[in-house]
Amino acid sequence: MAPEPYGLFPESAPSAAEPHLPLTNFDEWGFFIDPNRCIGCRSCVAACAECGTHKGRPMIHLDEMDRLHSPQTAPTVCMHCEDPICAQVCPADAIKRSEDGVVHASQKPRCIGCQNCELSCPFGVPIVFSGLEQMLKCDLCYDRTSEGLKPMCATVCPSQALLYAPKAEISRMRTAQPVREFLVGGLMVKTKNALMVPDPEAPLFLDAALLIEGEL
Amino acid sequence: MATLPQSPDQLRTAFGPHLNLAPPDGWDADPVPDRLVETHCCFCGQQCGIKLKVKDNRVIGFDPWEEFPFNKGKLCPKGVKRYLQGNHPDRLTKALLRTPEGFRESDWETAMAHTVAKIQEIQGKYGKDAFAVLSGVSLTNEKSYHVGKFARLGLQTKNLDYNGRLCMVSAGAGNKKAFGLDRAANSWEDIEGAEVIWVAGSNVAECSPITTDYIWRARDKGAKLIVVDPRITPLARTADLVLPLKPGTDSALTNGILHLLHKWDLIDWAFVNAHTHGFEEAVETVKDCTPEWTSRMTGLPVAAIEKAARMWGEAKTSFLLHARGIEHQSKGVENVLGCINMVLATGRIGRPNCGYGTITGQGNGQGGREHGHKCDQLPGNRDIENPEHRKYICDVWGCTDEELPRKGQSAQEIMNAIHAGEIKGLLLLCFNPVVSLPDNLFTAEALSKLEFFVCLDFFASESAQFADVILPSALHEEDEGTSTSAEGRVIKINKAVEPPGDARPDWVILNEIAHRLGRGKYFDHFTSPEAIFNELRVASKGGTADYYGITYEKIEKHMGVFWPCPSLDHPGTPRLFEGGRFAHPDGKAKFVPTPWRPPMEVVDAEYPVWLTSGRVVFHYLSGTQTRRIGWLVEQCPNPYLEIHPKLAEKYGLQDGDAVEITSRRGSLVLPAKVVMTIRPDTVFIPYHWPGNLGANRLTARHLDPVSKIPEFKVSACRLQKTTPDRLPSELRELQRMAFEARTNQAALPEQVF
Repeated sequence: MAPEPYGLFPESAPSAAEPHLPLTNFDEWGFFIDPNRCIGCRSCVAACAECGTHKGRPMIHLDEMDRLHSPQTAPTVCMHCEDPICAQVCPADAIKRSEDGVVHASQKPRCIGCQNCELSCPFGVPIVFSGLEQMLKCDLCYDRTSEGLKPMCATVCPSQALLYAPKAEISRMRTAQPVREFLVGGLMVKTKNALMVPDPEAPLFLDAALLIEGEL
Repeated sequence: MATLPQSPDQLRTAFGPHLNLAPPDGWDADPVPDRLVETHCCFCGQQCGIKLKVKDNRVIGFDPWEEFPFNKGKLCPKGVKRYLQGNHPDRLTKALLRTPEGFRESDWETAMAHTVAKIQEIQGKYGKDAFAVLSGVSLTNEKSYHVGKFARLGLQTKNLDYNGRLCMVSAGAGNKKAFGLDRAANSWEDIEGAEVIWVAGSNVAECSPITTDYIWRARDKGAKLIVVDPRITPLARTADLVLPLKPGTDSALTNGILHLLHKWDLIDWAFVNAHTHGFEEAVETVKDCTPEWTSRMTGLPVAAIEKAARMWGEAKTSFLLHARGIEHQSKGVENVLGCINMVLATGRIGRPNCGYGTITGQGNGQGGREHGHKCDQLPGNRDIENPEHRKYICDVWGCTDEELPRKGQSAQEIMNAIHAGEIKGLLLLCFNPVVSLPDNLFTAEALSKLEFFVCLDFFASESAQFADVILPSALHEEDEGTSTSAEGRVIKINKAVEPPGDARPDWVILNEIAHRLGRGKYFDHFTSPEAIFNELRVASKGGTADYYGITYEKIEKHMGVFWPCPSLDHPGTPRLFEGGRFAHPDGKAKFVPTPWRPPMEVVDAEYPVWLTSGRVVFHYLSGTQTRRIGWLVEQCPNPYLEIHPKLAEKYGLQDGDAVEITSRRGSLVLPAKVVMTIRPDTVFIPYHWPGNLGANRLTARHLDPVSKIPEFKVSACRLQKTTPDRLPSELRELQRMAFEARTNQAALPEQVF
């Protein structure tokens, strides 16, 4: 049997579903968080801690929601609010949102470690690290994204529950819908990053006892 | 005599596991790496591409390797933290000799001379076959091939086997029977376009995390997902159909599905008639496997069985994946064949978006099972009892047929023979049997009976601690070579750093032993991994696993080459069986009937609960590496018993309560983890821990008659609530270590318990 070229060598392969758009364009690229895909592996948290400037401290977290009832887990990264509450409540004006929509960690000379930001964030993102007495937070891996690399967590995420992709492509890539507005305590919070919401019609069966025949 | 030389506490103090928490110079050092080495993860069979950051001959961190086509930068947490296995306080850098007071460091010459003298003494006294080799498939293809040749021509023993016996052998035997060849039939690219994905006995999210994204990409294009598993795993949580069947009833389910496919005429007759044998007999075997019968056997509702058959049968394209859940059984091969029969009946193999594959567990679980690492096998997946195959390998190796031993015993059988006093000496590498074999008290007893035991390892694993001599070997990143991923893609492992102290790659150590045994003529020409690979290429030529056309240069250029690749101008074979051409001499696939039989052990009045075991995402196999990496231990410090609230209520158990689990082999006390995501007649324990924490304290040495895989996934046990003070001290120590890693405080506060 004569060998056939299979077209799967990298030079001939269409680079899968990877869209081609310069990564440095913050407006065109979106960060999409889909807890439905999350497998709870915490690779995002592990890799965040390894990022050059983080020195072992993760800026993001992952929660087990209710292990008795479900293996559901959910990662939380900064949502990068349009009008960030953390910045609004900062008495030292230490938290800045740059023009590209990224909300940055506190400015070291200004931050007084008061924890107002920690307490006020609707997503539980900023952390005042003891020892540093400074608030650090997810800044969309500004050091990576500004150099044309994806954020670290979205790069490693095995299930791509954390996805960095062109906004224009998302409806082609995913069936879940992006949501960027959240009603929190009577306040409408608009965010740069999107939470992916699944089809509300899809049922979930999570009690193994209800899926089998016969009695215990 | 290979009993433990010191108390478990003393051994833990000396050899760990201790936790490596931070890069070599701490988190604040901020070093600039000298270079980035493109290589692969040292853990599971997906073999993700990764870049290691190297400075001053130390691995100091990682970077995603986004260009590598399989994982495109994605990594599970084990991959992210893998670099912490280097520069580890537990790392062995000198040879160790057992003394009555414990292990003492030795110069290389003394340890080597002693080892060779003992091998000669035992083989002189009891015969060549009284010295056995047990090896493993975290080894590269080069090392796997080398171990096979070393055992046969260096030690001249027939008794060589490997830890793939606990991993891939059921899948391998099933694939060879049905297809005439043992490899996943497709690259994972074909998952994405499948209409239906059937996952049987595989906790994909935790054991092969990167595969999750392939499955989700298919689902985003409309694919339906069916998951068969006694537990609702993270991938199963959102599946279109979850089939939590009773442990050990997988072939009943596949028989029931085949029955319905035939009854509803969802058969691809053109494919079946043109490209297969044995369909009529297979259908005859399942004629009584009605949905009602299948429901009684599996505990699944009739409607769910019918829905599964309908979804599978009516699809135009599909991908079936299975793993150890169905393979770790005394009918593992039959379960695999049952799945293959579903694939063949619908003709959905060997074309785009239609595929089948077993998900390899160990790093080189694919390549390591092809080139003579098994007791019945020669390189190229040849048969050691086939005269033509023997002749070919004798010609490559330059030995006579008389010199080449015949079929030896499989891994568990070797351990049984050690226990029975028939095998007196053991060389162990890349294998931690006191954790990973079933019935761990029996294994410890067996190792204690050896007259001489030499172990090659980079950490003093729980098994190494029974040895008379421990020779320090090299880590994955301290040598180069090739490995073959779950897809059948041969990839290149690149050396990042030199091994420390006296540590050296396994093949260098075995070369030296062979040379000292006077068998250097077969080994002295191996001066590099590439030299071994080039002999492997020739030795595999013409076999089903043909690597002849694969070179280091070609692998690096194309980021992997799929075997078979019979000639230098051949591009490799990502998709097998195209055009319905299978690897049996007549080119056809075989339906092999799988008449139902129960597991070797079933529940009864005395042991009324099914017990199954598996992995968690934070640990790898026997934990020799991952139980030493601080962050991973923080996430999951200790084993536990997963139990449904209905069953927990029966025993008065709340989440966190201590529970004694007893089987016919022994008992454990573990904390209960109450979850609704497991069948109420079944409990689950993750198996990565030793001794009093080992799920394999409870599992049985029942083997599949064909593959000789132990039945890890099905046992019977009984439960009893007990008091927290009966939790093993080792478990408390692990929780304390995890707490210390997290908080930097050595003592655990009282309220944690």
